[in-house]
Amino acid sequence: MKSRILGIKFFVIITISVLSIRLFSIQIMDTDYQEIANRNVIQKGIEYPYRGLIFDRHGKLLLYNDPVFDLMITPKNVDLSDSLLIKKLLFITQREFDQAYLKATSFSRHLPSIFYKQLSNEKFAAFQDIMRDLEGFNINSRTTRGYAEIGLANILGYVGEVTQNQLNMDTTGYYKSGDNIGITGIEKTYERSIRGLRGVKYRNVDVQGINMGSFENGAYDTLPQPGQNLVLTIEGALQKYAERLMEGKIGSLVAIDPSSGEILALVSAPSYDPSLFSGRAFSQNFAKIQKDSLKPLFNRPLQAMYPPGSMFKTIQALVALEQDQVKADEIITVNGQLIGDHAPPGRYDMERAITKSSNNYFFKVFRRVIQQGKDPSPFIDSRIGYNKWRDYVLQFGFGKMLDIDLPNEEAGFVPSLESYDKIYGENRWKFSNIYSLSIGQGELLVTPLQMANLGVILANRGYYFTPHLVRKVGTENLDFSQKKSIAIDSEHFESVLNGMQALVSVPGSRAYIPDLIFCGKTSTVENPQGLDHSGFMGFAPRDNPKIAISVYVENAGWGARAALSTASLVIEKYLNGSVKKKWLENYVLKGDFQDAKPE
Amino acid sequence: MRSQNRYQIDTLSVVYFLSLVMLGWINIYAADYDMDGTTSFFDLNQSSTRQLLWIGASFFLIVVIFILDYRFYDSFGYIIWGVSVFFLLAVLFFGKEVAGSTSWFEIGFIKIQPSEFAKIATAIGLAKHLSSQNVGLFGKYKLVISVFLFLIPMGLIIMQGDLGTAMVFGSLILVLYREGLSAKLLFFSFYVVLLFLLTLLIDQWILLFLVLAFFLLGLGLFIKNRKALIFIFGLSIFSCGLIKSVDFVLNQVLKEHQQLRVMSLINPNADPLGIGWNVMQSKIAIGSGGFRGKGFLKGTQTKFDFVPAQTTDFIFCTVGEEHGWLGATLIMILFGAFFLRLLTIAERQKSSFVRIYGYSVVSIMFFHFAINIAMTIGLFPVIGIPLPFFSYGGSSLWTFTMLLFILLKLDSQRMEQLEH
Repeated sequence: MKSRILGIKFFVIITISVLSIRLFSIQIMDTDYQEIANRNVIQKGIEYPYRGLIFDRHGKLLLYNDPVFDLMITPKNVDLSDSLLIKKLLFITQREFDQAYLKATSFSRHLPSIFYKQLSNEKFAAFQDIMRDLEGFNINSRTTRGYAEIGLANILGYVGEVTQNQLNMDTTGYYKSGDNIGITGIEKTYERSIRGLRGVKYRNVDVQGINMGSFENGAYDTLPQPGQNLVLTIEGALQKYAERLMEGKIGSLVAIDPSSGEILALVSAPSYDPSLFSGRAFSQNFAKIQKDSLKPLFNRPLQAMYPPGSMFKTIQALVALEQDQVKADEIITVNGQLIGDHAPPGRYDMERAITKSSNNYFFKVFRRVIQQGKDPSPFIDSRIGYNKWRDYVLQFGFGKMLDIDLPNEEAGFVPSLESYDKIYGENRWKFSNIYSLSIGQGELLVTPLQMANLGVILANRGYYFTPHLVRKVGTENLDFSQKKSIAIDSEHFESVLNGMQALVSVPGSRAYIPDLIFCGKTSTVENPQGLDHSGFMGFAPRDNPKIAISVYVENAGWGARAALSTASLVIEKYLNGSVKKKWLENYVLKGDFQDAKPE
Repeated sequence: MRSQNRYQIDTLSVVYFLSLVMLGWINIYAADYDMDGTTSFFDLNQSSTRQLLWIGASFFLIVVIFILDYRFYDSFGYIIWGVSVFFLLAVLFFGKEVAGSTSWFEIGFIKIQPSEFAKIATAIGLAKHLSSQNVGLFGKYKLVISVFLFLIPMGLIIMQGDLGTAMVFGSLILVLYREGLSAKLLFFSFYVVLLFLLTLLIDQWILLFLVLAFFLLGLGLFIKNRKALIFIFGLSIFSCGLIKSVDFVLNQVLKEHQQLRVMSLINPNADPLGIGWNVMQSKIAIGSGGFRGKGFLKGTQTKFDFVPAQTTDFIFCTVGEEHGWLGATLIMILFGAFFLRLLTIAERQKSSFVRIYGYSVVSIMFFHFAINIAMTIGLFPVIGIPLPFFSYGGSSLWTFTMLLFILLKLDSQRMEQLEH
């Protein structure tokens, strides 16, 4: 044991000797380190990459990078008697100056940090003139996002400085304090593709921080790699036109190419100017926009949830036909007594019921669907019928997210058996409790995106693709070609589409577009808080469809007015390239849908 | 009858402790010092000022340790160990993730790092187990259990993503050696570490070739000795397995930032963006110190923020730059004398619990000391462990203070300790 104790002590001594010898070799034998330290030292600088550019589907530039200039400070070299001049050039108070100076010194007295972000052009010019005489300050160029057009804010989103929380969450260790990161919109969803890769530049500096040129001729430098460019599915001109039509209104418009799920236009009204978020006044502007009572930051097409209203009758019709609870040519006589109705009493087949939007017809049809007589107890029978019906509705993409490539999508709501059990008690509810679903009211909630997707399903007679906004990342085409089919026979669609066509493609009517047969269904969505919302969903042309669309205009009353008119203009613009009906355009732009009497 | 020296606290150790803490503080002050002298001494933003608070708090801890009954640690040895393992487990689920490691609890403004406490608790738990008499001198279960006593906290800390702290527990193998672990096993552990490092440094195919050559050579030399052949065969197979698994661990198990640290040991210039940069700057700072250093508060490399973490993990840069080879070596000699003193204290105990605990304290502190300095001069990967009593930071200072003063408390009452 004695030898072990000695051995351990010996081990301690040997280790210390090895360390001391190693120190001897780097401190005394090797004079390189002294030279490096005395003459010059290497400083590492980060080179920021350009973020990827974003184009519309035709290659029109939507989002680019704008050079901006930051005033940097190295506190050690600053002559504080210059502060008067600096305050004057920047128009800042003594307090603001002190704050910025303190922030920089607490970071480091010897390394440069940002003193004043994003100098305006005039300030930049003024500084350039006196830069030579100003010690401890220099100007660093960087880029910020530049928006080619006002608009598209809800699609493109914006970037901002990465937060401490995000830094902690970032397990890849990519982000550093002060970096920009996509906060919402495409900028967020495709952050990894468009952010690029930072570069590093080494330069020799002497101990006073004076630049002595690049280190070993840049052998260790890495160039920043620009982010990948994105090509959107958005049809720039159409988006712009739709935004113009929706100006001054509250609501949303979604247009999708039914053959691919590509989104052609996605409007949220009111919107905001995203360039307000790329300037140095980010926080003031953000606070102002966030407080706006009309909630411009709310991305309505994805986040606003409304009852679907009469547009939902198309689904009611298809589910009933598929389950053989009604035949398309079956005549059902209604007296208008079961439920409030704007359609006259009389004899209806499916086509007429859709066109006239007969509430009583769909009340009867929905009752058959819910109470199929599978169980003697009406409660259990309703339960069975409802569950089957719900399965169909979910297939249409309601009550779940469609997984569009934008953040914050809402799922909407299709009540489950459990949620009705909660309201009424298990086996304490039946058709008579839930009949308002027959006309798309009640507990149902859908988003405008889901409604446009319903337009896609009707256009395709039974399937859709995941709706998306980006076609191409860099040189790679994204694949969204997987069909999502609904278990409803395509023959059942014809009578429904006939009804939709008869509603909107009537010569002389407001929405009529010459030489074009298209299909649509309006909703006047009951709004307990105020005036009803105006809704429309449809697609065009009926054969070989090119565009499916949904429009919601809040508090605009009849669906046949604001929403249908807007949709008709957008369809005409997209299919024909221009709009002939200037009077309708003016009507929509004027946005006064209330004074006229209901049709 | 009680003699006077019964409560005698070991003065020499206390002197070493005070000198180390004082020298450490002076270097933190220097590392943080502003040449233009615009910051106040009483500014709480200064690391050196805050370190004074931590030092004050550690004196409070010392008082608490001396008030507590000396039998506490022995009696509750397993419980202390169990509680610390419990906290290590809990932090995995409820901890806060900072820079890729989940090793902190955050309750309001208080931050607790269970892995620091685990260093003390494992030393106590191990001492308790090895000193218990109901097991044979060094029965096989006893060895297995003692290895588990430090492998369990080690594993949990690796799961937190803190590889550096986990490696500290490996140093306890030295305690096992003192208590009779066969030298073969110790050398075997060293062989594993050596082969591990070689695998990082040299292309694995060259190493595999060397193993093959060794095997063939052994085959030729010991063709008649069956025992030797089995040994050579076994060792070769084992070596090949190890070389392959190191490759696997490096590429599959380690996180990206840990891989970079290991890689930068091999070639500090290979990764200019990352950790190699730190080691390069650290070596420039120390290397520029020369024989006698640039003088107190005269270091340029550390003053101008070239060295990263210069008050914490890289505090030795300030020592090397400002006090040169002479100062650095003198400080290392002071550390050495301190460790040897603690070993002497450990050996004079009647109670094997205290002796084993003493060895654990030395192993843990010595490992921190050697690895920390080795990493600043590029002899070991940067694993982010502090230099005892020197690095800035309350939790590490308190851990080392508690480790030390529990030993000194036990030592002060060694005459009352039961022999077992």
